[in-house]
Amino acid sequence: MLNFELTREPRATNDKPEEWTEDMNRLDHTLSQLKAKGEKALITYIMAGDPSLQETEQLVLELEHAGADVIELGVPFSDPIADGPVIQKAAERGLRSGTSLRMILESVRHLRTNTQIPIVLMAYYNNIHAFGEAEFCRKAVDAGIDGLIVPDMPPDEAGPLRGPADEAGLHLIFLLAPTSTAARRAYVAKESGGFVYYVSITGITGAKLNDIAGVRDNVAKIRKHTKTPVAVGFGVATPDDAARVADVADGVIVGSAIVRRVGEHGQDGRLIQEVGAFVRSLKAAMQPA
Amino acid sequence: MAIPDRHGRFGPYGGRYVPETLMPALLELEEVYQRTRRDKRFQAELKHYLKDYVGRPTPLYFAERLTKRLGGAKIYLKREDLCHTGAHKINNAIGQALLAKRMKKPRLIAETGAGQHGVATATVAAMFGLECEIYMGTEDMQRQALNVFRMRLLGATVTGVDAGSRTLKDAISEAMRDWTTNVRTTHYVLGSVLGAHPYPMMIRDFQSVIGREARKQILAAEGRLPDGLVACVGGGSNAIGLFHAFVPDKKVKLVGVEAGGLGIESGKHAARFAGGRPGVLQGTMTYLLQDDNGQVNLTHSVSAGLDYAAVGPEHSFHKETNRAQYTSVTDDEALAAFDLLAREEGIMPALESAHAIAEVMRSAPTMKKSQVLIVNLSGRGDKDVQQVARMKGVTL
Repeated sequence: MLNFELTREPRATNDKPEEWTEDMNRLDHTLSQLKAKGEKALITYIMAGDPSLQETEQLVLELEHAGADVIELGVPFSDPIADGPVIQKAAERGLRSGTSLRMILESVRHLRTNTQIPIVLMAYYNNIHAFGEAEFCRKAVDAGIDGLIVPDMPPDEAGPLRGPADEAGLHLIFLLAPTSTAARRAYVAKESGGFVYYVSITGITGAKLNDIAGVRDNVAKIRKHTKTPVAVGFGVATPDDAARVADVADGVIVGSAIVRRVGEHGQDGRLIQEVGAFVRSLKAAMQPA
Repeated sequence: MAIPDRHGRFGPYGGRYVPETLMPALLELEEVYQRTRRDKRFQAELKHYLKDYVGRPTPLYFAERLTKRLGGAKIYLKREDLCHTGAHKINNAIGQALLAKRMKKPRLIAETGAGQHGVATATVAAMFGLECEIYMGTEDMQRQALNVFRMRLLGATVTGVDAGSRTLKDAISEAMRDWTTNVRTTHYVLGSVLGAHPYPMMIRDFQSVIGREARKQILAAEGRLPDGLVACVGGGSNAIGLFHAFVPDKKVKLVGVEAGGLGIESGKHAARFAGGRPGVLQGTMTYLLQDDNGQVNLTHSVSAGLDYAAVGPEHSFHKETNRAQYTSVTDDEALAAFDLLAREEGIMPALESAHAIAEVMRSAPTMKKSQVLIVNLSGRGDKDVQQVARMKGVTL
C-alpha cells in the first residue's frame, strides 16, 4: 500500500549541510547545526493518518520543503486527555482511516528513503504499552524515529521506557509547564533528551498564547538546569506568535494551527498547498533580522 | 507494606499518568491530604458533616423477605441509598470539598455518569458556597435527565460532552482538560477510585466509612463477621468502601460485580476483568477494555454508573492477589433484581446496585441458612425509573 511515488523532492542541500551519519540522532544533529547558525528550530506537528497515511507522508515532505526543521507526528488515540478539540478531531479522523502505531512506523520507514529530517512521535502511553515498551523503542529507531513525546507520562512513570530508549538511541522528550515548581524543572530538564518541551500555557493544545514574558522567564529558568535546547509549544498559532517565541526559545512548536488547516483542506485537493503556504509564513517570521 | 506505596502503586497498578501541567497539583493534593488525614480538627469536621448532613451511620438492614425468597444465606443490605442525595457518592464529595477549602480553591469540577456523583458534588458546592461545573456525556444526560435538572437546581453548571461514546469516560477526559486549564483555582472532585494518585487512595479512604460501619453493625447483629460482601463495580468506589475494613479478615469473601451489558460474548458490556487487560487510561494503570493497538473500547451497560472502560487500580490489585473475586451480570438480570427488591422489600435500588442484588440472587440460594451476606445498596433507584420504564417498553 505504500508503493506510491512521493511527490516532493527534499529541500536543497546547500542551506543545510548533510553531514548526518547513521550513528547520529538526527534531532541532535539538526538542533546543533541550527544553534551554530544562530537559528531557531521550527517544529511542526501533524496527526499521522489524517486524512490518510499516504497524505501524511506527502505532508511531511512538504513541511520540510516549506522550512520545518523537525517533524512531530501524532499517533491517534481514542482518549487524548492533553489535547484540545482541534487535535481531538484529527485523532478521530486518524482512527477512522484505520491508522495504527505499526502502520505509522512503516510510513516513517518509507519516508526515510526520501528524507533525513528529524521525526519525533507524540503518542499516549497506552498505545506504547500495548505495543510493548522495549519492542517499540527498537522498532521505532529502526524505522527512523528520533524521539518520543508521551503527553500523559511524566518522567516519574517513564521507568519501563528509559532503558530500552537509551539502548536504542531514542530520545525521551518531557514536558514542563507554567505550573511546574523549581524541583520539577530541575528533575524534568535533567530527564529530557533532544529538547525540553515547554508548554507555554496552563492548558491543553490549541489554547491562546498571551504571556510571552512569562514564557521568556520560564525558559530562562529551565536553561539553568540543562544545556538541552528548549522548545515552546501549545498555543503558537500565527507567524507573529512564532516570531515572538523564536525570540525567547531554541525551538517553536506549531500543532493545532497546522492541524486545523489539514482538517479544512483534507478533502478539497488543496491540502499540500495550503499547509505548505502556512508553514512558509511561520518560517519567514522566524528568520533572524 | 502500605497500599498504595508512595508512588501510588497497588502492586503494578495505579501510578500518575498525567500531563506535566497537573503534576504539581497532584503532588500538592497528596501532601495536603496526607497532612489533613491525621489532623484531628479535619476528622472532627468530616465526622460532623457525615453525621448531621449526610445522615450517617446508614442502617444495616436485614432483608428478611428477600432472604426467605432466595432460601439460602441471610442477606443484609448496607443502606447507602439512605444517604443525603441518595447514594454513597456524597461521602467522598464532602471529604474532597473540605480539602478544596483548605487548599483555598473556590471552584469545584466533577464528571458524572449516572449523575449521582454530579448531584453530590453540586450539593456540597452549594452547602460550602463554592462554584461548581459538572461534565456529563450527552448520552448519559439523556438517560439521566432528572439528575441533570437536579444539579441545575442546586446551582451547578452542567456541561454536555459530545465526544467519543458520550458517556462517563468522555466526561472524565473533559474534566481533566478543564482541570489542566484552571488548575490554579479549581479542585477536581473525581468521583470514583480512579485517576492518578492520590485519588484512588483518597477516595477509598473517604468511602471506607461504609465498611467500618458495616463491620461494627454486623458484629452487633450476628455476633460474627459475614461470609461474604457483594458490591457493584464501575470505577469501584462503593465496593472498595465496603471491602476496605474487611480486607484483613481473610475468611470474608469479597465479590465485585461488573456490568455484563448484553452479555460478555456480545462484546457490548463493561466487564473489564472478563474482557480487558492492563493498560493506562485517564491517569492510572489498571484493567482496561481495549483493542490490540491500545485504543479504548466502547462499553455498554443499562447502568450509566457502571458504563466505563477501566476499573479502579486497587480492584486490579485485589483481583491479581485473589483477595477479591469479580463476576458480571447482564442488563436483564439487573432489571430482574430491581423488580425483586422492589416487590419483596419495598426498596427500589439504583440500577448499579441492582447488579449486586442480581449476583446475590445467584449465590445466596447455594449457601447455608446459617451463612451471612452483606450487599452494598449503593444508591436508590428513583433516578432510574424512566430508564426502567423504557426497558419494560412502558410509556410514561
